[in-house]
Amino acid sequence: MTIADIRDHLEATVLCCEENLGREVHTACGSDMMSDVLAFVKDQSVLVTGLCNPQTVRTAEMMDIICICFVRGKEPDETVIKLAEERDIVIMATQKRMFEACGILYENGLRGGASH
Amino acid sequence: MSTLKFHYKVDKTDFTRAGEASSDVKGKLKKMGCDPEVVRKVAIAMYEGEINMVIHADGGVIDVEISPEDITLVLKDKGPGIADIDKAMQEGYSTASENVRSLGFGAGMGLPNMKKYSDEMKIETELGVGTTVTMVIHNT
Repeated sequence: MTIADIRDHLEATVLCCEENLGREVHTACGSDMMSDVLAFVKDQSVLVTGLCNPQTVRTAEMMDIICICFVRGKEPDETVIKLAEERDIVIMATQKRMFEACGILYENGLRGGASH
Repeated sequence: MSTLKFHYKVDKTDFTRAGEASSDVKGKLKKMGCDPEVVRKVAIAMYEGEINMVIHADGGVIDVEISPEDITLVLKDKGPGIADIDKAMQEGYSTASENVRSLGFGAGMGLPNMKKYSDEMKIETELGVGTTVTMVIHNT
């Protein structure tokens, strides 16, 4: 699916890097702990998270993640959005909770991918 | 390619800026055309180290040396030191505060992760004096 499909499935609002909505993604991970993302994620391109601070973007950057979806109605501040813009990472926000968001994406074909 | 050296100061107070040094190194390695897997290993290992410096040790300095053979990261802090390295190396063991956990870190994966992503790692630590972590990642 594309990043635009994720937006549609999750009824999310895109907050930056709209020009990347056409990019294809195949795998995702869901976590509020950045330590776990750094430890257990490999080659996933989407991060679904309720943790809303600049380190979410930094972690995504280190892991080559290209799209962050904030769940539970979390709205990142300008610092977070600016960081993501500089790194070409799409940010979107949905009202859905973590379990539901991950379930919907899985149902629509996104998978967990490899861990290491 | 000759050997390149970079020096970074990691600020203790600003959690927002933690990771800037790792981000800079990642960008440099990418530009140099390093293997993406090497870039990723360096980025994660250094970022974990940088976060550790901010949450445990009031900041510190990082020296990065990039040669055609290896990338060497030396992270030096004047923090409290590590009381029990064996315990600190166990996945899930953490001395981080609740505050740090609420920021998304402190799951006890920092040092194990740094070891996992580096080809060689050495920790020198003294209680009340500080810690130096040296990591080498082969530039294949």
